[in-house]
Amino acid sequence: MTASGATGAIAFRDVHFSRGAQPILRGFSLDIAAGDTLALVGRSGAGKSTILRLINRLLVPDSGAVLIEARDTREWNPFELRRRAGYVMQEVGLFPHLTIGENIATVPRLLGWDDSRVQQRVAELLELVGLSAHGYSSRRPDQLSGGQRQRVGVARALAADPPILLMDEPFGALDPVTRAEMHREFRRIQERVRKTVVLVTHDMAEAFALATEVGVLSEGVLAVIGEPATVARSTDARVRPLLAPLIEATAMLEPRS
Amino acid sequence: MTVFHFWRTHTGEFMTLLGQHVLLVGVSTLVAIVAGVPIGMLAARKPRAGAPIVWLANVVQTIPSLAMFGFLLPLPLIGGLGARVAIFVLILYALLPIVRTTTAGLRSIDPVLIEAGTAMGMTPGQLMRQVELPLALPSIVAGIRVAAVIGVGTATIAAAVGAGGFGEYIFRGLSMVDSTVILAGAVPSAILALSIDGALTLLERGLRNLRGSRRTTARAAAALGVVVLATVSVVALSSRRSADVIRVGSKNFTEQIILGEILAQTIESGTRLHVERRLNLGGTFICDRAVRAGDIDAYVEYSGTAQTAIFHQPVQTDARQVFEAIKTRYAAGGLTLLDPLGFENTFAMLVRAADAARLNIHTLSEAAPVASSWRAGFGYEFLQREDGYPGLARTYGLHFARPPTAMDLSLIYRALAERQVDFIAGDATSGLIDAYGFTMLEDDRHYFPPYDAAVVARSAVLLAHPELKDALASLSGRITVADMRRLNRAVDADHADPATVAREFLAALSQRSLKISRRDAEDLSRRR
Repeated sequence: MTASGATGAIAFRDVHFSRGAQPILRGFSLDIAAGDTLALVGRSGAGKSTILRLINRLLVPDSGAVLIEARDTREWNPFELRRRAGYVMQEVGLFPHLTIGENIATVPRLLGWDDSRVQQRVAELLELVGLSAHGYSSRRPDQLSGGQRQRVGVARALAADPPILLMDEPFGALDPVTRAEMHREFRRIQERVRKTVVLVTHDMAEAFALATEVGVLSEGVLAVIGEPATVARSTDARVRPLLAPLIEATAMLEPRS
Repeated sequence: MTVFHFWRTHTGEFMTLLGQHVLLVGVSTLVAIVAGVPIGMLAARKPRAGAPIVWLANVVQTIPSLAMFGFLLPLPLIGGLGARVAIFVLILYALLPIVRTTTAGLRSIDPVLIEAGTAMGMTPGQLMRQVELPLALPSIVAGIRVAAVIGVGTATIAAAVGAGGFGEYIFRGLSMVDSTVILAGAVPSAILALSIDGALTLLERGLRNLRGSRRTTARAAAALGVVVLATVSVVALSSRRSADVIRVGSKNFTEQIILGEILAQTIESGTRLHVERRLNLGGTFICDRAVRAGDIDAYVEYSGTAQTAIFHQPVQTDARQVFEAIKTRYAAGGLTLLDPLGFENTFAMLVRAADAARLNIHTLSEAAPVASSWRAGFGYEFLQREDGYPGLARTYGLHFARPPTAMDLSLIYRALAERQVDFIAGDATSGLIDAYGFTMLEDDRHYFPPYDAAVVARSAVLLAHPELKDALASLSGRITVADMRRLNRAVDADHADPATVAREFLAALSQRSLKISRRDAEDLSRRR
């Protein structure tokens, strides 16, 4: 954690946010250093997606501030800000009327890159996510498997080389084998690109598999934050239930005495 | 005459009508797209703002097209006979399907895609152009297809306001009771509807596969706009009128078309003015609106019809009083009613000539005592209307052997000829009266209002062209009931061309007046 005063790539300062009468965040604070991968874990409805949307200004806080590169999101041009924060969703959200190549090229085209640069970048990214450029670029999203679509989703989010990558339950819809494969792929990619990643999930195992820091979200505040090993040993009553499935799975494998 | 033969002999006219039909549907659909898609987008984005527009489009859709033409005819800018008002009406009808499908198409887009686009930093405009419109396109094109196909059908009605198109043949065929002519218009409009539907389906497929850059899309939209503007301005310019052109109108049945031709040819031969024929207009209402708005300068009206249908006055039976009353009312509206043409198109109570001769009856009063052994046949309307059979029966004390049979007007003459009935209500100028040899019984108690035919013309035009008034007045008192029956018969029964029939009649008429003037001259010289 950064010391008080210093500000990381992304910072939340005492953020309150309600949807109608229902409070979602109640004084949420957080600092994320550049190049870190932070996994935010919480139950459904804990406000995980809200945090991502506050970062790319799809939402603005009721009070408090969200700072991106030390600048309040309210002061950013929202379109510019969003083009600097790649977004990966569980549903992927590939545009069905565009080819894979065109989907990946979306943000570079918004930024006005020239054709040859765009084509080169698309090829690079398909290579990066393990879909060789040849054959995939001109296909349509509905011709791909779930895992392939999610790789394209990651490629699309990284297309304009944004400093920030936001991931909302990115691998939640995949079968366990594919998910494990995607986890390996993600670590390999993150090794190369070194983005500031904020990933939200309800699956503690996924958080441990991917993140350098894990935060647990409960009742609209950050209950615990630390390295995966630290969080795994936490005795906090708000953390234990999230760890329970992991512990039970491990216990099942141990020989019964 | 087969349809193919008809087309072969009317190729030039057919191509003109095809051109008009395509223009009507094409221009109106394009304008409806240009206006309807943004309205649909607004309605999808802001339902509260869009709802009233969609509601209005719904209401418009329920107005019968002929009524809509009637409402719009007197309006400035859009009104007036011709393509302009027709295109306007067609636009109104095309709007609803396009607005609806645009809204539905946009609303059915998966919200995840909208979120993905927004999160990638698309502005609302970019989101609309790159994500929403392309995804809604199949739905929008489906709406355009519906609008265009409805347009092809509705455009046939446009002939009623002189906009041309295949409706010309359909209306002409209906008034001539000639199904060949009806088919000559109906078949190509059906084929046109199917081809437009097919072409748009292909276009839709093409658009979906088009990996067009934004630039080509923008260029296509600009080109579309230019085409629309150019066509609209051509249409607007072409409907500008020239001062030396007299527009002659007529309603949409045989007698009126013949009379329209007689008026037109009389003006052409008696003056140096040019005549534009706006014949076959969709009924009394349309003709009256048109002559008041200056879209036509003259047409033939019937005194009883003017009295009841145009001025909404109670039925009166004195011909002279009725004529003077409506003449005054027309004058107040800037219109001149010329002296009657000489014939009356009233209800005709008909019996077989042989029966009339054998019983020696000429009038309805004389017929009443013997009617108790007759069977009667009437049209549905005549049987029901208070000023039809019920009043007639009361006036003359008519009683038939059994209650009158209701039958279709087209069958009623034949039923009398074939002795299925002995007494019918027909049309005084029908060509079939002579064809079948019927006798018309005189309405000696003047139960029916007078239906004297007379020319209604715009007073301002008559003042500007005194020779026009002379030419039209030369027809007064010159067309007898027998003449009119003969002319109707030539067109209805013998399928002669109304223009030819009119030309031959006018030629005969001048012969007749020559004879009369020669006789007058001889009389004069003898007296001397």
